[in-house]
Amino acid sequence: MDTVWQWLSEIPDPEIPVLSLTDLGVIRDVSWQDDTLVVTVTPTYSGCPATAVINLDIETKLLECGVTKVRLQQQLSPPWTTDWLTQEGRAKLRAYGIAPPVDGTRSDSSAAGRLARLTGQGSFQVACPRCGSENTEKVSQFGSTPCKAAYRCRSCLEPFDYFKCH
Amino acid sequence: MTSKDKLVARDTLFEWLLRRGDTALVLGHRVSEWCGHSPVLEEDIALANVALDLIGQARMWLGLAGEVEGKGRGENELAYLRDAWDFRNFLLAEQPNGDFGQTLMRQFLIDAYQVPLLEALKSSKDERIAAIAAKAGKEVAYHLDRSADLVIRLGDGTEESHRRMQQALDALWSYTGEMFASDAIDTAMAEAGLAPDAASLKAEWKETVEAVLDEATLTLPESDFAHMGGLTGRHSEHLGHMLAEMQFLQRAYPGATW
Repeated sequence: MDTVWQWLSEIPDPEIPVLSLTDLGVIRDVSWQDDTLVVTVTPTYSGCPATAVINLDIETKLLECGVTKVRLQQQLSPPWTTDWLTQEGRAKLRAYGIAPPVDGTRSDSSAAGRLARLTGQGSFQVACPRCGSENTEKVSQFGSTPCKAAYRCRSCLEPFDYFKCH
Repeated sequence: MTSKDKLVARDTLFEWLLRRGDTALVLGHRVSEWCGHSPVLEEDIALANVALDLIGQARMWLGLAGEVEGKGRGENELAYLRDAWDFRNFLLAEQPNGDFGQTLMRQFLIDAYQVPLLEALKSSKDERIAAIAAKAGKEVAYHLDRSADLVIRLGDGTEESHRRMQQALDALWSYTGEMFASDAIDTAMAEAGLAPDAASLKAEWKETVEAVLDEATLTLPESDFAHMGGLTGRHSEHLGHMLAEMQFLQRAYPGATW
């Protein structure tokens, strides 16, 4: 089974190829059911178009590695969270020019604190992945993929992606 | 799974799931109409991403609806092969985009409702509903942060943006009452512990809406008049026009795939 996880860790995320699927934390389980290898995958965002590509990539990789019967199943609960993004994955993101998630800043759906956040400045600082400055500003809540937001560094003036805490 | 269906009549659960799925689908499609037309690139990307989340949520709700119905219809058949009178979305979701401000106001009024709804659904006795709610709830909480922020910035912005936001609020207000009008389906779902009663969500919604609109320097309309009919298939004419475009491909080329 370690070998299977090793193979899975070699599959790049289709949209952020510097991350592997295991770095991203979307593979929830791998198990044998009789002669079939069952891989349980959770989607990052409900409508993320990469989900279908991820499934195809897993199947292709395992078949290439000599597994003859593969079945993919989707698991919604518990929902994917950036808490599952590995430390190694976070370091890779930063080196790639994407600021990793600032833990503890996800949009909370519980009533407590929501009003303060919506009407106040519940902001937090995201460090620029290029120069390290915390003098940055949010340009848009969404970036080039559902999992990112668009930021700009006021120190080095470079735009960058921020991988949202989710 | 079949044991869960028995907590309420199959038809009741199916109808209720269509309300969730159709509201997400219709709103998602409406928002997607902005793709390539937004005032600035960043907003174009953001709107497309919100639409994507909503359409993903619609797939989950409609997929489950099809499974519960048990007649072999899946998410695609439900989305593309029903006519307007079979849709069960809130009238608010189908209202035209108007200007950018009106789109964001519509989004805010629905987001502020969806957040407490999905939060309550996380403890539904049907674990399939709870799983979808937990997934969708995280996304919608983020949407609310964004729509509330823009309502505040535009409401408390220039004279012109303020005027447009007040106009949008006045135009959409009479479509909000429908979200809290409980009927027999809501009652049955609530009694079975599957979903909160729609009327029970109003206090939290109102608290959010009042706080944000106040910060946005906008005036809450006083009228309680509410347009009804979306949940029973009596829609405004806008939905038919939207479906004509959304469903065109499957109607003209039945079963087309790529």
